[in-house]
Amino acid sequence: MPAEVVGSIDLRELAQEVLGRALRAGATDAEAVVYEGEEFSSLVRLGEVETLKQSGSRAVGLRVFLGQRVASTSSSDFSADGIDRLVSGALDLARITSEDPFAGLPDESAFGEVPGGSEAQQLYFDDVHRMPPAQRIEIARRVEAAALAYDTRIQNSKGGDFDTATSHKVLTNSRGFTGEYRRSYCGFSAAPIAQDSAGHMQGNYWYSSARTTQLLEDPEHIGRIAAQRALRHLGARKVPTQQVPVVFSPEIARSLIGSIFSAAEGDAIYRNASMFNGMLGQRVAGDNITVVDDGTLVFPHRLADGRSLPAGGFGTSPFDGEGLPTRRTVLVERGILKNYVTNTYTGRKLGIPSTGNASRGLAGNPGTGSGNFFLEPGGVTPEQIIASVPNGLYVTEVMGFGVNLVTGDYSQGAAGLWIENGELAYPVEEITIAGNLKDIYRNISAVGNDLHFRGSSAVPTLRVEGMTIAGA
Amino acid sequence: MASPGPDHKRYFIDRLGISERLMERCLGEALSAGGEYADLYFESVTSTSLGVDEGLVKTASQGISVGCGVRVLSGERTGFAYTDDLAPERLVKAARTAALIASGPAKQLEQGFHSTDAPSLYPVAGATSDAQISEKLKLIQRADRAARAYDSRITQVRASFNDELRRILVAASDGTYASDTQPLARLNVAVIASDGTSTARGSSGGGGRVALDFFEGPKSPEHFAREAARTAMLQLGAAEAPAGEMEVVLGPGWPGVLLHEAVGHGLEADFNRKKTSAFAGLIGQQVASSKVTVVDNGTMPNRRGSLNVDDEGTPTQENVLIENGILKGYLTDKMSARLMGTRSTGSGRRESYQQITMPRMTNTYMLSGEDAPEDILKSVKRGLYAVNFGGGQVDITSGKFVFSASEAYLIEDGQVTRPVKGATLVGNGPEALKYVSMVGNDLALDEGIGTCGKAGQSVPVGVGMPTIKLDRMTVGGTGR
Repeated sequence: MPAEVVGSIDLRELAQEVLGRALRAGATDAEAVVYEGEEFSSLVRLGEVETLKQSGSRAVGLRVFLGQRVASTSSSDFSADGIDRLVSGALDLARITSEDPFAGLPDESAFGEVPGGSEAQQLYFDDVHRMPPAQRIEIARRVEAAALAYDTRIQNSKGGDFDTATSHKVLTNSRGFTGEYRRSYCGFSAAPIAQDSAGHMQGNYWYSSARTTQLLEDPEHIGRIAAQRALRHLGARKVPTQQVPVVFSPEIARSLIGSIFSAAEGDAIYRNASMFNGMLGQRVAGDNITVVDDGTLVFPHRLADGRSLPAGGFGTSPFDGEGLPTRRTVLVERGILKNYVTNTYTGRKLGIPSTGNASRGLAGNPGTGSGNFFLEPGGVTPEQIIASVPNGLYVTEVMGFGVNLVTGDYSQGAAGLWIENGELAYPVEEITIAGNLKDIYRNISAVGNDLHFRGSSAVPTLRVEGMTIAGA
Repeated sequence: MASPGPDHKRYFIDRLGISERLMERCLGEALSAGGEYADLYFESVTSTSLGVDEGLVKTASQGISVGCGVRVLSGERTGFAYTDDLAPERLVKAARTAALIASGPAKQLEQGFHSTDAPSLYPVAGATSDAQISEKLKLIQRADRAARAYDSRITQVRASFNDELRRILVAASDGTYASDTQPLARLNVAVIASDGTSTARGSSGGGGRVALDFFEGPKSPEHFAREAARTAMLQLGAAEAPAGEMEVVLGPGWPGVLLHEAVGHGLEADFNRKKTSAFAGLIGQQVASSKVTVVDNGTMPNRRGSLNVDDEGTPTQENVLIENGILKGYLTDKMSARLMGTRSTGSGRRESYQQITMPRMTNTYMLSGEDAPEDILKSVKRGLYAVNFGGGQVDITSGKFVFSASEAYLIEDGQVTRPVKGATLVGNGPEALKYVSMVGNDLALDEGIGTCGKAGQSVPVGVGMPTIKLDRMTVGGTGR
């Protein structure tokens, strides 16, 4: 039973209707966004279906300008009455905001979509809807079963799941831009729990996700990896406080390098609240570091039968949250900070054009968001990187909120595997890793060749010198 | 306990056209394929967000969300669907979708609904959502001015006021018929300080389920502004935080986030029923020093984590989690209570009608002990005194938790000597509180800023603690 589209409202018409009403009510400029989404999720635990969820929702957001004043409203009420309140509420709010010389919609010349629009970007596959629920549940059951069958030390589980989601978004504004796109998502995961003879438990997970069911990985393969990831932490211990090389696994390297995007956001820069302030054109990392954000990537997947099946990345869209075409922006090139990332407002504050990185929720002013964000891979394998470390930490988990983008101070709870003589020797936990990001980016001594997009950002294995590990 | 509150159901019946007959019909549909229990959760939320930034009112937004979630429980199974359209045919369709989880003969409903009597822990008329926008704006403009006036090195100020009014109505096949109107407000100030050589951030905020005049008392905009500015200025001159295992003293109030992470989540019944928590099977055992008593209490007037009834219509209560070091109980919702053979502790919460109820915390705190805070500091040879924190996180299964200090000092020979930079503290849930050797007589609750995340769902919570000393804990700095 495929999920049906909620109601029969034409989203494009609705967006333009809301826009028109705002202008007639006195707005000097306006922008409307209409969003419709459907979701299905199933969770199987210890072989039994535990949760099934299926629903659709929709909402409309409006941003209005009265000269240089701006305000916004959002609602899930699509009745005529609801739309009236949406419009009058936005205008009432705009009257109490301040005139801001930098506020306003983008200039008309900036609007547009990437060539071919969302069609060319391969963001939507309707097989995500067509897959019968029984088949989705079966995949959730298989991925969990594979994890449970892997080793006798795995007897418990948080379950296996299979989720799908589709969304349809329309953006229109009073300067003549109207665009829309649909996106699809499907994914499954297993979260097994391993337990040792002393009763200590370690949970972990692994997953596969894609825009189409045709590109999902084998459930048994994913279940086995999830099991291995839980098992390898059994018997973890603390290590003494010391300074050693730290090897970041790709999942953790992703968050470490992700801070480069956050620190380069125009919002932090114009406030003088970033460790990258005044660093444009300066060295912020070693020669081996090139960091790119690209909202246009389409990956050339190939199926087992040889057919080619291109699909857009999870960070791909034809236009950004303000209707500007997405693009490729190099943030750091061979260690030199080349670009900040901006939306229209933060660009104006800095006197530069928007980089097409506006993100827009239903309400509020646009923020800044990444497209597909990655670090260019190096030439060594992850195995070679680990083999190069005589004594150090391979970090597989970090926890906490100890990243300060103003100062660069970095202190996170960590777990992983200790490296002895180039080999993964034993698991460690209840430790912290700390340093300063400004030093960490300069002290990356090896960059792996293992760049794989599993979400909207990807970073290969990294080796960092001179971090402090606090433990026993 | 206060007298029974006003009837919050009228809003749904009069304004949104939801009748008891319609609710009975939907519950009937929900149980048409069997199952033990079904509930309908109607929710209407109006939220406002105002922000002053660089001295300008840059942000003003308002959101309205209305919908209904339908849940069917069958053994350990949950079927769930929701709709943002409250037309009868949409509600019936959602009920039929949720019903797909069960497979058996239809279950008969209990005869009629029984209205739940609940206290009035917070204002309804007079909540901040009734106040003029201009009055709220004045508050953040005052905060903006006060932060700038604090020191010429305060270079950036952002002050925001967020509030919402959430109305809920719960109707369930067990006869539960409950409703509530829940105001929530929070004022926040974030600043950047710069002295030419270094830059630092500071933030502060607070609120609760309160009327606007709350911010005219000691928790004024000026109070939060000065706190944010003071923290940032302090960080300008902070030294590297130490690294390694040492004695740690935690100040009163928000450092109670330690309890939330170290024990609170681990005691939520869903994890324990499934034996995925490091605390599973430890009831009756020593999990903390005998000086430690921890409760979760949803009945505190005006607190951010308080609720008259939880999201299953069960009145909240005070639940003892740890008494004199012994693990006493778990936090349950209806499903985990039924499966574990106990009663719901009034801990069933959900972020919105689009999400499924889970056992959650409300206000979690440690009771006062007998030590004077100054004696606690004097007893430390060399250690860390942490008085404010960013946030925390826990791995329920392994028990490992972290929380990140945002204001901390070195203690040397019993004296608080100098400020150090923020650092992450790590520990193991079922072990960490065994090292509590002193408990202060100065229990304080936090200012009303906590938001707890679990399985992608955020709910407002409170935490609290007196000053305590832990004989050992790992501090994740870079210094000596």
